[in-house]
Amino acid sequence: MTSKDRIAQPWGSRTPYGPGEDWPVRVDAHLEEGLSPGDVDCWVQTASILHSNGDALDVAVKDGRIAGVRGRAADRVNHGRLGVKDLYGWQANSSPDRLTRPLVRENGRLVETDWDTAMERIVRRTRELLDEQGPSALGFYTTGQLFAEEYYTLGLIAHGGLGTNHVDGNTRLCTATAAAALKESFGCDGQPGSYTDVDHADVIALYGHNMAETQSVLWMRILDRLAGPNPPQLICVDPRPTRVAEQATVHLAPRPGTNVALMNGLLHEIVAHDWVDHDYVEAHAVGFQELQKRVEEYTPEYVSGICDVPAEQIREAARILGTAERLLSTVLQGFYQSNQATAASVQVNNINIIRGMLGRPGCGILQMNGQPTAQNTREAGGDGDLPAFRNWSNDEHVKDLARVWNVEPMDIPHYSPPTHVMQMMRYVEDGSIRLLWVSGTNPAVSLPELQRIRSILQQERLLLVVQDIFMSETAQLADVVLPAATWGEKTGTFTNVDRTVHLSEKAVDPPGEAKPDLDIFIDYARRLDLRDKDGDPLVKWTDAEGAFEGWKECTRGRPCDYTGLTYEKLRGGSGVQWPCNDEHPDGTERIYQDGKFWSAPDYCESYGRDLVTGAPLEPDEYRSMNPSGKAVIKAAAYLPPHELPSEDYPLQLMTGRTLYHFHTRTKTGRAPQLQDAAPEVWVEVSESDADAAGLAEGDLARVSSPRGSVEAQVRITGIRPGSLFLPFHYGYWDTSGGHEPDGAGRAANELTITDWDPASKQPIFKTAAARIERIAAGSGPSKAPTTTASAPVADLGTRTVGDGSATASEEVGGRRRSPETAGGATTEGAAR
Amino acid sequence: MKIGLVLHEIHHSENELAKKLLHVSERHKVDHEIYHLARDLAGWSHRHVREIAEIGQRYGQDLNPEPDSESGVLHDVLEKGSELIGRRAKAELLMLIDLREVYTKASGVSADWEMLAQAAQGIKHTDLLDVTKRCHPDTLRQMRWANAKLKETSTQILVS
Repeated sequence: MTSKDRIAQPWGSRTPYGPGEDWPVRVDAHLEEGLSPGDVDCWVQTASILHSNGDALDVAVKDGRIAGVRGRAADRVNHGRLGVKDLYGWQANSSPDRLTRPLVRENGRLVETDWDTAMERIVRRTRELLDEQGPSALGFYTTGQLFAEEYYTLGLIAHGGLGTNHVDGNTRLCTATAAAALKESFGCDGQPGSYTDVDHADVIALYGHNMAETQSVLWMRILDRLAGPNPPQLICVDPRPTRVAEQATVHLAPRPGTNVALMNGLLHEIVAHDWVDHDYVEAHAVGFQELQKRVEEYTPEYVSGICDVPAEQIREAARILGTAERLLSTVLQGFYQSNQATAASVQVNNINIIRGMLGRPGCGILQMNGQPTAQNTREAGGDGDLPAFRNWSNDEHVKDLARVWNVEPMDIPHYSPPTHVMQMMRYVEDGSIRLLWVSGTNPAVSLPELQRIRSILQQERLLLVVQDIFMSETAQLADVVLPAATWGEKTGTFTNVDRTVHLSEKAVDPPGEAKPDLDIFIDYARRLDLRDKDGDPLVKWTDAEGAFEGWKECTRGRPCDYTGLTYEKLRGGSGVQWPCNDEHPDGTERIYQDGKFWSAPDYCESYGRDLVTGAPLEPDEYRSMNPSGKAVIKAAAYLPPHELPSEDYPLQLMTGRTLYHFHTRTKTGRAPQLQDAAPEVWVEVSESDADAAGLAEGDLARVSSPRGSVEAQVRITGIRPGSLFLPFHYGYWDTSGGHEPDGAGRAANELTITDWDPASKQPIFKTAAARIERIAAGSGPSKAPTTTASAPVADLGTRTVGDGSATASEEVGGRRRSPETAGGATTEGAAR
Repeated sequence: MKIGLVLHEIHHSENELAKKLLHVSERHKVDHEIYHLARDLAGWSHRHVREIAEIGQRYGQDLNPEPDSESGVLHDVLEKGSELIGRRAKAELLMLIDLREVYTKASGVSADWEMLAQAAQGIKHTDLLDVTKRCHPDTLRQMRWANAKLKETSTQILVS
């Protein structure tokens, strides 16, 4: 066993392996200072809640509180490893400032109350609004961090019980384009890839995907392949000098907003050199001719002019992609949150389709997720879609869902697409949504153009309900605040990007009167007396396992089939990949084998949309385009972003994340090691732009856009000239402003534009026009991490390190056997 | 041959559609998707106007390749007005009326393209046929967009 400061060495030690071999086990653990594994009362099974990778871990319980974490060696996802946010983030659970009692607004101030008073206030207003206006007055905005059982129950209540179409999750901001791109290409959500594809691939292409920071354990898997024999070649598309870029064979750093042009350039070369698997395309895809025609004009020289990437690099990247034998493609925010998000992500799918690289070891696509349970938001209806990938514009699917829920089909709103959050905000603004229930998310920091969002949420005529674990910026604006239990304090399941389902067991009691989100939703349904068409309670379960059984029934026969899973099956051992049913009792590692898709007109989740206008295709249009359920190759022309740099705002601002924080830092900002690693907002500037603005490392600068400004310390990095980067994590809850700036702004979203991809409705965070000015000299270098994409160009003489409390253990070797720890069971200790 | 007349008509109707789209964009600036998309789609009609003017010369039509424009002051007034009434429900009703008008105007343009394509095939004028093949699909997408936005928003606006 070795010890490591994992703040300084976020990816830990290498365990090299070769193609087709098993990724070695390395068990990472971190316990509270002074506690040894032998002191732990029990270990309780769960998985990571602070990113989307789905790393399985056990929580250490000591005297009724969480006292550490340890990776689960047996799990297929992480083989024992943990990322930095998991090693330290658990400490937030026991923060003294957790919400422990419901609050209601009285005379302008939030005061403590009991559950009855808080819930009755919500229920009374719900009834009034239903009588006065109907369900269109009610909106629900949830998260990517609750459990499957909770989303399914919320969707049932909102869609089947209340009949509102206004349901979305904050997954709209991180993963909506993943779902949209999969629906466009394959007629259905669900990942055509598996993490084990990393073990087999000879080329891995990462598009706008800073995997080293967003899914650090999956990145460890790639680092271990790179350190082993016959390593894969990496292609990286990113305007920032990420760790991925550093390891890449070819690093393309396009001008922000030009992804479609770049992708068309790569496709042009692949088609021109005929690196196309014509047999596969002929047998399993439609639309190749249109693609061929569309990409014809996108020669490397033409694309080079748009993207400002050397033509030779485009040729080289295309050659690697075109001659790969096992190609794994992954995509994330650099595409999802940028101009033409869906169109660009679909072109990634197109590369794998025309190269016939699907459904075999090493050949796959991972349209990544940003949050731990984002996949469940999408599957179970938390994002407004009908549950289990049912198609809202297919009447038979609606009828079938009505059967499962025992309601009339007319009770389920399906006359138009679900209302996405940006549209919901507009309805709140125009006064037609009058009750907005926000669970587990913080729109007052995470949505674009914050000044506008704050003014919308503060309207007197809105009843704002916020269900959270801390007094977030959004909670401070609420009329009713409901204290929720979180990970480790409640039971449920969640699913990661490669379809692996994990059980997360309750380890400790929630603080004070805080309750699991599931219990709160069920309480709401009971108080409203929501009933099915036979007069029985609409929500037929009272606990998580009952909800899971209900959810399983809803998935029967659908692509995300959970019917072969039980809590018992998920206890101990490894997570299981859906579909898991009678036919595949141990789950399914790879979908879309032999070119079989879920895209048949009667079965598919979506008929797709016009990638430019966002208009949904009519059923007949889809049926005539794709009558026999093949993959759909959709071509797209490049269109420039709506907001381009100008004389006043000559730069392009990208917002994004850092390894050490999650979302609006509600948890990671309360874990000392993580907070110290990235304590303050910074702005990344290239050397040439810094020179032009007279900026030195550490200077205080003002970054402005047409919508607002923030002040941040300058970090000079190898970022693409003409671009700025601001991390979006920093809001106001730990400043004197509380929910808004007190003086200078700090949240990156003060600057972002209200504009979104018409197909996925994902807001655009990567192309706002901006400028930067020097305010004052700094007292030293910026405190931005030096270990990540924010690394300085110059040696500053300081490095990001942890203190003694950041020491974590690593144990390399051992086998991936089932540990004897079932949920709640006591074991000998950490050493195995 | 009366193709020139149809070209004259479609030049006019594309201009009208573009103006309507810009008008809708400005009037509904607070509805961001409408604001951005209507401007984008007006750009398509502007492109069509240029193509029509160019091919029109061969049919004896002297058509302006530059799209008709409205005064900048009016635009500013409309945008400001949109912000001022953005929190009143009446503005939303106006949006339904506007989208309906985009839809009907685009339908008219589509019918014009249909006629031109038929004529071009009849007399085997492939250049003209190519223009219709490039432009007509855009018009259909403009129609589908307006129709989809109507579908998406009318429930909320009419029942609230």
